[in-house]
Amino acid sequence: MSIRERLSGNEAAATAMKQINPDVVAAFPITPSTEIPQYFSTFVANGQVDTEFVAVESEHSAMSACIGAEAAGSRAMTATSANGLSLMWEMIYIASSLRLPIVMSLVNRAVSGPLNIHSDHSDAMGVRDAGWIMLFSENNQEAYDNLLMANRIAEHKDVLLPLMVCQDGFITSHAIENIMLEEDSEVKRFVGTYKPEHYLLNRAEPIAVGPLDLQSYLFEHKAQQGEAMKKAKDVILEVSKEFEAWTGRHYGLFEEYKLDDAEIAIVCMNSTAGTAKETINKLREQGVKAGLLKLRVFRPFPGEEIAKALSHCKAVAVLDKSDSLNAAGGALFEDVTSGMFVNKVNVPTINYIYGIGGRDTKVDDIESVYKDLMEIVNTGDIGNPYRYLGLRRK
Amino acid sequence: MNDLIEIRWHGRGGQGAKTASLLLADAAFNTGKYIQGFPEYGPERMGAPITAYNRISNNPITVHSNIYEPDYVVVVDDTLLESVDVTAGLKEKGAIVINTTKSPEYIKSMLKGYSGGVYTIDARKISMETLGKYFPNTPMLAAIVKVTGIMNDEDFIKDMEGSFKHKFAKKPEVIDGNMKAIEMALQEVQKI
Repeated sequence: MSIRERLSGNEAAATAMKQINPDVVAAFPITPSTEIPQYFSTFVANGQVDTEFVAVESEHSAMSACIGAEAAGSRAMTATSANGLSLMWEMIYIASSLRLPIVMSLVNRAVSGPLNIHSDHSDAMGVRDAGWIMLFSENNQEAYDNLLMANRIAEHKDVLLPLMVCQDGFITSHAIENIMLEEDSEVKRFVGTYKPEHYLLNRAEPIAVGPLDLQSYLFEHKAQQGEAMKKAKDVILEVSKEFEAWTGRHYGLFEEYKLDDAEIAIVCMNSTAGTAKETINKLREQGVKAGLLKLRVFRPFPGEEIAKALSHCKAVAVLDKSDSLNAAGGALFEDVTSGMFVNKVNVPTINYIYGIGGRDTKVDDIESVYKDLMEIVNTGDIGNPYRYLGLRRK
Repeated sequence: MNDLIEIRWHGRGGQGAKTASLLLADAAFNTGKYIQGFPEYGPERMGAPITAYNRISNNPITVHSNIYEPDYVVVVDDTLLESVDVTAGLKEKGAIVINTTKSPEYIKSMLKGYSGGVYTIDARKISMETLGKYFPNTPMLAAIVKVTGIMNDEDFIKDMEGSFKHKFAKKPEVIDGNMKAIEMALQEVQKI
């Protein structure tokens, strides 16, 4: 039986970690994810979990400790945000290339500078090529559910890649909302025990982890990582299906909200998708055929599936909550349009950079995007494809 | 569908407006509602103006933005009337609840011609009488529950008793005072 509760996004993430009861959690506090290790350390102190909690002195050490723990053969988790993830950078790549299925809760926040503690996706976008599976969450429920599925996906023998579950800092991490929780025993059954095939503390099979890997092998190892990322897509769907059979909550690679008959559509991730749904409800009452593609699985990137889902639309807007500062559009826009081009889907598609540094995104803002899309449909003129949403011009 | 209630809280850092918004979310949750309770974080320091929000509905709430056209506004500190546009976007069919001892004429003069309901309460007096210290958030919470009518007095009192027992598990001596504050505030909030 699911349990009706109300929790903030951080409380939801910490609760998932408590129920998963990993062998090791190593973390260093940083706003807005601080509460996750804070709550978790309370669970440790109260004896609600038997996790080894490592209160490290930096995020670089947090990821290093997770790498050591996973390589030793245990299940390790961490949480961070923004500059905390930046400080992990070196170890982020090492975690994925050593094929260690570490699970991270990333509470998205603007990377400095200047200093800003609020939500955007610049932290996540900075590690989009690091070989981590990246799941995005609209609200506390999805942050919780994604974490419950995380170990099963990351530790799957066809995958063996680290995984991060993203949610928007403050907007969902600090908002109390309704949530359905699952019973501890059910979570334990679903998540299962971690049984790595190769690990350092296995006396029967002495191995080296992360030695020198030069011209003769690194290429092959990178290709294997890439292959694992491709296979992760099916594993994510498989685990999500099993999760649905258990909880009744459906998850795919992305969510289509009123998209099947939509003429104009928005693609976005995390909490903005909820605001877009409200906008769509409003526009549908006025007879506007607006729809949404909310991406859940950003890595591996489901380019082919997205292209297919958008192929019937007359105009599409991709919303990036991070500016790639490349004079050529945000990361999500580039991936979506690349997926469309390769799969021969030719729908006029524009990009908006929005919500930088926690700039609030309102129903009115989303509505203005749909208005712009209607104009593109009506005039056939795409205009400037690289736009801002919610930027003050004065 | 259109049963959504949106509330905006104005207070100063340290007065407990954020806590009050979370307690209101709790109380409404316990009556079976869908809720949101969230603060707008800024440079946090004692005394700085802060804003917090609530959404309460019989249906799932998906919107994740601040509230610009609230049904109700709660002002925890009347000195904010001079510096913050507390009625900005406030619906005319809604109401504002202000913690003040100032005259109805002065209060009305500060509200830029707002024509909806205006309620006042002396949360300082209630807090000093019941708790011996100035914690305006408990009386203000009771006042907004009364004004919005999101739940009846009895259910609210019963629910808060449970909440306080949990929240103040380590200092049970303040539970009675807080309960008295709630009961007084439910009686004393008045329309001007």
